[in-house]
Amino acid sequence: MRIPAPRRLIGGLAVVALLTTAACAPGSSGGEATDKQASDVATDVADMGDVTLTVWDQEVRGGQAEQIKQLNAAFQEKYPNITIKRVSRSFDDLRKTLRLAITNDEAPDVVQANNGRSDMGQFVSAGLLRPLDGYAEVYGWDDRFPESIRALSSYGDDGKAFGEGSLYGLPQAGELVGLWYDKQKLSELGIDVPRTTDDLEKALAAAKQAGETPIQFGNLDGWPGIHDFGFVQNQFVPRDDVRQLGFGREGSSWTSPANEQAASTFADWVSQGYFTEDFNGLGYDAAWQDFAKGNGVFLVAGTWLLADLAEPMGDRLGFALPPVGADGEQAVTGGTGLPFAITEESKNADAAAAYIDFITDEAAMKMISDAGNLPVVDASPEGLTGAQAEVVTAWQTASEDDAIVPYLDYATPDFYDLLVSQVQKLGAGSVEPDAFLGTLEDEYSSFTSGEDG
Amino acid sequence: MAYLYLAPALLVFSLFLLWPLLHAVYLSFFEWDGLGVGTWVGLANYGDVLTDPDLRAPFWHALVLVGFFCLVPVTIGLVLASLMTRTAVRGAGFFRSVLFLPQVVALTVVAVAWRDIFAPQGPLNDVLRAVGLDSFARGWLGDASWVLVAIGVVGVWVGTGLCMVLFLAGLSNVGREVYEAARIDGAGFWRELVSISVPSLRGEIAVAVTLTMVAALRTFDLVYVMTGGGPGRASTVPSYEVYQRAMEKGQVGTGVTVALLLTAVILLATVLVNRLAEEKE
Repeated sequence: MRIPAPRRLIGGLAVVALLTTAACAPGSSGGEATDKQASDVATDVADMGDVTLTVWDQEVRGGQAEQIKQLNAAFQEKYPNITIKRVSRSFDDLRKTLRLAITNDEAPDVVQANNGRSDMGQFVSAGLLRPLDGYAEVYGWDDRFPESIRALSSYGDDGKAFGEGSLYGLPQAGELVGLWYDKQKLSELGIDVPRTTDDLEKALAAAKQAGETPIQFGNLDGWPGIHDFGFVQNQFVPRDDVRQLGFGREGSSWTSPANEQAASTFADWVSQGYFTEDFNGLGYDAAWQDFAKGNGVFLVAGTWLLADLAEPMGDRLGFALPPVGADGEQAVTGGTGLPFAITEESKNADAAAAYIDFITDEAAMKMISDAGNLPVVDASPEGLTGAQAEVVTAWQTASEDDAIVPYLDYATPDFYDLLVSQVQKLGAGSVEPDAFLGTLEDEYSSFTSGEDG
Repeated sequence: MAYLYLAPALLVFSLFLLWPLLHAVYLSFFEWDGLGVGTWVGLANYGDVLTDPDLRAPFWHALVLVGFFCLVPVTIGLVLASLMTRTAVRGAGFFRSVLFLPQVVALTVVAVAWRDIFAPQGPLNDVLRAVGLDSFARGWLGDASWVLVAIGVVGVWVGTGLCMVLFLAGLSNVGREVYEAARIDGAGFWRELVSISVPSLRGEIAVAVTLTMVAALRTFDLVYVMTGGGPGRASTVPSYEVYQRAMEKGQVGTGVTVALLLTAVILLATVLVNRLAEEKE
């Protein structure tokens, strides 16, 4: 067959293009990241000459933006030879652009990377972030930050093992998913802040009886379901088990009797009407705004809502750790703000480390707290009032008691998606607790046994 | 010599369309997280998309959306356009503008607005409760059996204006005397629609069907903003799956494969529609 000339030309182009590209696999082999020993670390920043540090952060909201601006200014004032080039983006935008930026030759020096496997984990396994153990030794980070906090930024060299191995970043802020409550409504109902699961269930029943929405919940966005289910699970499943499940480590099971109890309790609360009606169709923002307007007795949500809730609610707002279940052990889902990490491509890693040390030291934590945030260490309720004092106290208690368990979606790269859709289905009653747990167990066990990348 | 004239266009075409497309085909043979080195897996990604129910379902959802984004607006657009040519409506220009307005508004804005309309305590449910249809009120976007319908309704709202304006333009080419003649012969509204409007609008209908169908198949903004594919996975569509896999989960190979299959489906559908339209002429 005679092929018309233009088609022949395009066909030729196509073949050439395929041949040239097929020569190599996409992506470059990152190889091993530079692991600097403590003895090689330079700490005298003033002596480093003129250095420009490019920092990508997502500290864009009110109090967060304030503290990072102050700290950057203070760092440059202390070391006039350092210029900080700050690139700030919202969390979502940062997550999406960081993937591309970090593989670039001109990668930023310091980046705030999300802790989870599909972000920090993949960066580590591709050799794009530097292990900070040498710096930790020099700057004494191991003493300053408790094990449970460092675990959230620690990975094995291959990026597979999470929660152990080398340290890859340091966070500034802490966060807890706890129980916000409306003090006025509690006193109207004549109930105390629930400290045990029994108390909570009584309080929920009383609220329902009185025609209130017991727990304000909006799950249209999907991820709030992870928090609300975790809140229930923490009251039934021993915290070490939750930790194994959350970090995706071998040795636990989603189908344990305790998890069965947690899942059926969640489903039961849904059918009792303890959550907002039609919560799968209600947005997260709409839900907490409703709670702030006085619609709902409780709200299960993160401490990051402190400023947003405290402003409209004032003295009505209260915060407590989740109630303690029958085993008497406090457990609360929580973690840290996004850790600041150093890229492999950074040409000024020592200066970058000094910067990270500066924005997480004692003076910095004070500044973070003053700006209305929850500092990850050195938190103290002294001088604070209202809900902020309650949040800081809860954080202190949880850290000291080793009660913080990781977000459940850290478990495997696909776990976020799976859990989000499964909790929505469990909440809609379209999947039974047994099947719900079975699906999660399949993903967890195939990941931990190494069948699934 | 002829190629010299073609060269600039061909260059731009190859650089911005052909090259990315070929690169996508090439990427689809790898398992790659977008960061490290990819692993050659041959046709495994294609096998996954065809066998994995989680990856097949989005294509069925897109098909449902074609009904709402394409068939319904084209039908309504035809009826409206014929009505408007048949009778001189006062303020016709105003109605035309209002019906066309959704086309002008960015889809993300449309999505945010409708997300509020569909909320459990939103205006739609308020209206339903006000007229005593309490049992119909629900969290539309959180209900697995209604979520696609809800997104589809937005598609109808967006697409109808476009179809109507296209058809109005087409009908303005049909001489009034044709309609008058038909009317003298005793033709009613439906007779006019079937015997005059539809046949003379064949070209415009093909354009409208192509545009709205492609829009339906590659829907992304509405799903991304309104439901994020939920509840469960009841409203995921191929484009959303592409974005999820390639950008969020670090499964570039699978994502690109879905994108390529979607491209193939769209191309096939477009060719089919145009063939049908040409055959009849």
